[in-house]
Amino acid sequence: MNNTRRNFLKFMGLAAAGLCAASAGSALAVTASGPSVKKGEQALKAKHWAMVIDTKKVGTKESIDALAKACHQAHNVPNIPGKQNIKWIWAAGYEEAFDQPNPYMDEGLEKREFPLLCNHCSNPPCVRACPTQATFQRPDGIVAMDYHRCIGCRFCMAACPFGARSFNFMEPRLHLDLTSLNKEFPTRMRGVVEKCNFCVDRLAHGKQPACVEASNGALAFGDLSDANSEVRKLLREHYTIRRKPSLGTEPSVYYII
Amino acid sequence: MLEKALKGSPKYYLWIGFLLLVIAGASSIYIKQLMEGLTITGMSRDVSWGFYISQFTYLVGLAASGVMIVLPYYFHGYKKFKDLVIFGEFMAIGAIVMCMGFIVVDIGQPQRMLNVMLFPTPHSMLFWDMTVLCGYLLLNVLVGWTCLECDRQHLPHPKWTKVLAYVSVIWAFSIHTVTAFLYQGLPGRHYWLTAVLAARFLASAFCSGPAILLLVIMLTQKLTTFKAEAEGVATLAKIITYAMCVNVFFFLCEVFTAFYSSIPGHMNSLTYLFSGFDGHAELVPFMWTAAAFAIISLALLIPPKLRNNLTLLPWSLAILIIATWIDKGLALLIGGFNPTPFETIAPYWPTGKELIVSLMIYALGALVVTVLFKVATDVKQEIGASQKPTAPCESEAA
Repeated sequence: MNNTRRNFLKFMGLAAAGLCAASAGSALAVTASGPSVKKGEQALKAKHWAMVIDTKKVGTKESIDALAKACHQAHNVPNIPGKQNIKWIWAAGYEEAFDQPNPYMDEGLEKREFPLLCNHCSNPPCVRACPTQATFQRPDGIVAMDYHRCIGCRFCMAACPFGARSFNFMEPRLHLDLTSLNKEFPTRMRGVVEKCNFCVDRLAHGKQPACVEASNGALAFGDLSDANSEVRKLLREHYTIRRKPSLGTEPSVYYII
Repeated sequence: MLEKALKGSPKYYLWIGFLLLVIAGASSIYIKQLMEGLTITGMSRDVSWGFYISQFTYLVGLAASGVMIVLPYYFHGYKKFKDLVIFGEFMAIGAIVMCMGFIVVDIGQPQRMLNVMLFPTPHSMLFWDMTVLCGYLLLNVLVGWTCLECDRQHLPHPKWTKVLAYVSVIWAFSIHTVTAFLYQGLPGRHYWLTAVLAARFLASAFCSGPAILLLVIMLTQKLTTFKAEAEGVATLAKIITYAMCVNVFFFLCEVFTAFYSSIPGHMNSLTYLFSGFDGHAELVPFMWTAAAFAIISLALLIPPKLRNNLTLLPWSLAILIIATWIDKGLALLIGGFNPTPFETIAPYWPTGKELIVSLMIYALGALVVTVLFKVATDVKQEIGASQKPTAPCESEAA
């Protein structure tokens, strides 16, 4: 007889191993392809998002603070006093922004303030440095973050040559007005890094970034790959510079001087 | 063999108890850090790495230093190092434990640490640093423990330990190279963005690491019956001297490149460190101390007469350790982050709590090293190898 106990056990063992392999395989297959997310119907889409800032129109601390207020309100960015603060967009002088000091600069430019934010570089050093891919580049050029994967090693902060990143040294919710939170966007926990996300959350709902909306036309946002977009039109018509071009990170934020 | 760590003199138990007490006491501050976040440190938005990561960097050097004994012994058959090899390997284990500890306490979300393995990211140098550190730990545990066990049983070392020892020599170079790559590949951090950084790291590791090791070995000789061969010690001191010369040379290369080219980005960090920048001069006294100590240590180590004077040697080594620690365990990080990307200065100084948490890691490392050295010296005593002249088998080591 072939139906010995030994053969039966062999068969069952193989079957069990096969079942395990099959279920493990399917589990891996799910993680490999990732959960599919349906694109919003009114979502704004682009091949390469970029921003052009007309610094003649938004050149004072007050006007930039208004942008920061809109941004920080939209993303529940806490206001922490001191050197462990968090900022997504802020104002800085010419030398801090562009590190090309010129002792005989025209006074208007010398006194002008510039809005600084994440440059969403085409060649981002922070994405290269991140050991968990918590910081990643989307196909539309936006450098985004997964706050739930970030381990808080702060390698990205050392890698960013623009000082665009902030770390939650403490519990950020302690410094937020919990009654006026934007419920459309999560708050963060302590121990993770954060930065400007070019308002991916708003783009998905067909809205322009919060700072662009609050800028009365001083900031333009659009698709670099579309020759007819507003940003391309502005870049054609004006002299623009980017921060630290020699580092080769290819920022997507342009400044009209 | 580990049972040897359980039997010791009252002094030994007192020391172990003291270390455990320090670890327990300091861990209360670490728990506070876990509850409140890294806000208890002196780090900031601009100086986003601080004392923890600089200690990590310095100790990777200590871990790599064992190779200065292992390499001559295995590659060149330098038998005078026979009795020192195990201590080099065990010191490396203690150093890597401390390195890992400093990484864990520096991370904002330590419970997510394994994300580094769950989402392996070969383009991140941190991923490679984790890989090489874990590998080096494993290599040293395997080779060190197996060889000691074989010695104890009077058996020849298995062939594979020799293969792994060869691998560990190359590996030791890799751990400090990869650690330097964490820094030297970052655009916009001029103090780090230099091809000589990895070489500088290795040079500084190969002088400061063996110096620490030699001091601990001298202490071990005082406290146990172990006696290292005098010629081996003299050779190690010579290696330390050469490495320190190279270390100073590399640093001077940096200074020349920065100031002869006169490119502000290259000069600013050095200017901030050595003479102050933008009205900030926090590190100036430390840097000149380091410079003076580096020169003094060389003056005491280069002349063979002074170097071979065993009462002077510990002092020369201590001075060398202080000089290299200020350079790499303090200034490297602060000078790298200053001036900030906005050409401003963001002063950083570790807080008391930060220092206490660091003390916890150092005590943990001391505990590991004590236990391992205790095992090693007891085994050597048991088999009568490398003992003080009163023991009959002194010549056996040769």
